Amino acid sequence: MRAKIVGVAVAAMLTLAVSACGAGDDKKGDDASAKEPGLVIWADDKRAPVLESFKAQFEKELGVTVKVEAVSKDLQANFVTASQGDNAPDVVVGAHDWIGNLVQNGAIDPVQLTDPQKAGFNADALKAVSYNGQIYGAPYAMENLALIRNTELAPEAPATFEDLVADAKKLKQDGKTEELLSLQVGQNGDAYHAYPLYASAGGYLFGEKANGDYDPADLGVGKPESVKAFEKISALGKDGVLKTSIGSENSTPLFTSKKTAYLVSGPWAIADVKKSGIKYDITPIPGFKGMDKATPFLGVQSFFVAAKGKHKAVAQEFVTNYVTGKDLAKALYTADPRPPALTAAFDEVKAADPDIAKFQAAGAGAKPLPSIPEMSAVWDPFGKAEAAIVGGSDVTETVNGAATAISGAIKK
Amino acid sequence: MTTVGREFRGTSLTGLLVKIALLGLTAALAVWAIVPLIGARAWIGVGAVALATALLFWIYLSPKRLPLKYLVPGTILLLVFQVAPVLYTVATSTSNFGDGHRGTKDDAITAIETASVTQVPDSPVYDLAVATDGDGDLVFILSDPATGKFFAGDAEGLRELPATAVHKGLSGKITEADGYTVLTTAQAAGRSADITALAVPVDGGGIRSNGLTKAYQGVASRAYDASCDCVREPATGKTWTADGDTGYFTAADGEVLPQGWRVSVGLENYTRVITDERVRGPFLSVLWWNFLFAFASVLVTFALGLGCALALHKKRLKGKAVYRTLLVLPYAMPAFAMLLVWRDMFNKDFGLINTLLGLDVGWFDGAWTARAAVVLVQLWLGYPYMFLVCTGALQSIPSETLEAAKIDGASPWQSFRRVTLPLLLVSLTPLLISSFAFNFNNFNAIQLTTGGAPFAPGSSQVGATDLLITYTYRLAFGGQGAQYGFAAACSVFIFLIVATVSVIGFRRTRAQEEVYR
Repeated sequence: MRAKIVGVAVAAMLTLAVSACGAGDDKKGDDASAKEPGLVIWADDKRAPVLESFKAQFEKELGVTVKVEAVSKDLQANFVTASQGDNAPDVVVGAHDWIGNLVQNGAIDPVQLTDPQKAGFNADALKAVSYNGQIYGAPYAMENLALIRNTELAPEAPATFEDLVADAKKLKQDGKTEELLSLQVGQNGDAYHAYPLYASAGGYLFGEKANGDYDPADLGVGKPESVKAFEKISALGKDGVLKTSIGSENSTPLFTSKKTAYLVSGPWAIADVKKSGIKYDITPIPGFKGMDKATPFLGVQSFFVAAKGKHKAVAQEFVTNYVTGKDLAKALYTADPRPPALTAAFDEVKAADPDIAKFQAAGAGAKPLPSIPEMSAVWDPFGKAEAAIVGGSDVTETVNGAATAISGAIKK
Repeated sequence: MTTVGREFRGTSLTGLLVKIALLGLTAALAVWAIVPLIGARAWIGVGAVALATALLFWIYLSPKRLPLKYLVPGTILLLVFQVAPVLYTVATSTSNFGDGHRGTKDDAITAIETASVTQVPDSPVYDLAVATDGDGDLVFILSDPATGKFFAGDAEGLRELPATAVHKGLSGKITEADGYTVLTTAQAAGRSADITALAVPVDGGGIRSNGLTKAYQGVASRAYDASCDCVREPATGKTWTADGDTGYFTAADGEVLPQGWRVSVGLENYTRVITDERVRGPFLSVLWWNFLFAFASVLVTFALGLGCALALHKKRLKGKAVYRTLLVLPYAMPAFAMLLVWRDMFNKDFGLINTLLGLDVGWFDGAWTARAAVVLVQLWLGYPYMFLVCTGALQSIPSETLEAAKIDGASPWQSFRRVTLPLLLVSLTPLLISSFAFNFNNFNAIQLTTGGAPFAPGSSQVGATDLLITYTYRLAFGGQGAQYGFAAACSVFIFLIVATVSVIGFRRTRAQEEVYR
């Protein structure tokens, strides 16, 4: 009996084992029959469908199969983890401020653009994707904050931030609006949206090296300039212009429901504003009277070549010789209207869409979002300091606390 | 031989078939797992799979070894899903694994060298066609658009080709070259790794492919030198020496190259938890609130859940099913979304709670209002679970016991306090302990509502509602990217705390069970 059981079990085992191998062979066979290896592109869930619609064309012109995969959450972290685990895609679409982290993890390779190619790009966009003297991605779209204004409530664009506050207060007194301004702060602050005001009042995050790169050794938070800048922000908090109760979840709805005449936001908010039917205009964020311009951060969406991809030559071909073309830039613009980084594409779309040129004008002089890894130590403490100061806490103590937290995290 | 013994010996046909199928499946799984392991030369993994499979066959092919048949599957699952992750966490906690230190030293060297390749100034950009020679080795067929000259380049060097030997298609692409086979894009894509690796040696650098249709003359400005275990930059004469303690290449002036590698740092992460002022300073205040939060969450949800269960435990009550469904509703909604909804409801100026009650409370601005708010959210999310388990447990209490108490003259409160509650607790205490352990590390409940707020001015590191897990998460991932090694060390500390609490809890339950046995 026992011998029989053993015998039957061994036979069954062998059958299944052979079929397991067989399955593996089949799979290999499929790969071999498909012949051309594929190019794998990772993008977030907004851009993946656009690229997917170009798939057939890519495949025809590149001569390889193309697979577009949407990674809707934590694309950067997932990409770094996949690179480490030998599952990396060949091309990644993401924001330029990832570059520092991707480079220190050896996840992306520099992109060699020819001089004519470089000349075709917006100079600010090209500077944003440069890091340690190399260009690390092909830029395709730019984004920055601007002041979006309800022109029925506020026909005049304010020249200074003080003008904006005065006009907004008048509107509120007349009962036309309920809130002065919708600039998202949130419970724990928002460094990205606070930066234009901070910069206008003389604050900076990192100094710049001779070659224009950000210098992590020169931290601007905690310097006397930053305390002065936050004092301006503190005054706005006391005045009810900035509120921690306005955050990412309700800043655009406040504007589209006409509860406020002014919204500080980027191209991503325009779709909702258009849907609401409000008449609007886009102008630069006004600076404080007699102080610097309120320059926002410039963000640049880019295509990166993965260092650990299996088809790097094809990926380079795609990013350097294909993405740099006008048609793709225009299609990506249609899917998500942000100013194209390619000058030729920008010139074409701005005729049909005046918002694009206005956003770019609002971004004049914008500093690229720092892509150095040290920047990730700034976001959280800076935002919290902003929220605390808007809430009325002591400026010097709060700024110094943030500076200690940031420099502590940078030193590790 | 007894009847029982015979039953164990003689297996039924169905049992036999199931056994064969399961063992066959085990073998198939083992083969499926072992092939890629062999491919990756992970011999330890191969050994573990082979050993586990052999063990399973040895146990189940014998009519004896009955206890093992029951113990082994559970033990294997325990090892795989419980012990292995804990060991992996502990192993990670002794390394500097994290952003900038993910791969091996070789990976870092490759990344440094690749990142330093730049185009030689004023050098030509060639049109490229990838081809193979008679031996199948890769050759770059290059044409310089400026001069109109053609070249063939391989690992040996660059040779000029006569213009007659190269033929271009209508689009201007090189389609043929005498003596070489020009590859199609698909064929070239298949040799992608070789193409990337080939640099045709020329004076002042190498000609490298840039995609499949262009090539440029590039030079790597930095190279690794094994003799000094350092990275050299010949143009400036600067060197960065490998530092095995930090996992970085460091120059004499203290400059470090960003690409590092993973090294063992011993107990450094642990000493950092204990000695770093940023961690140690607020630790006790976070810890006691963490206990309070977990305890309060369990207590309020249990109290409300039990109250609802008792109220619905009346036999004569009509519409019980409707009430029960309504009560369980919060449990059926995704907690993730509900936490965000609650966060917005607590908004000071626009939130439903202040608007509805006509209040002007900055819920997340004060330490105690924020704490009350998060516990309130926990109550809403958690009581349906307690209601369900209490309903179940109540039904298992024999009604004779309660009748006996009634006959003995006990008031409803007395019979609840002296009979129902103790009997309930015997069966529910383990659930309460696990609920405590869960809430102790309830990351979402804090991160998605207050995010740890309110933060004292000058302290952005620790907020009044921070749990150990949200607080250490901020330290480990809020600095310069992810620091998994440090995060793992923090987890080990939290694990020790939760384990201690749970062990004490279970000890006391056992004592209680002895009393009521």
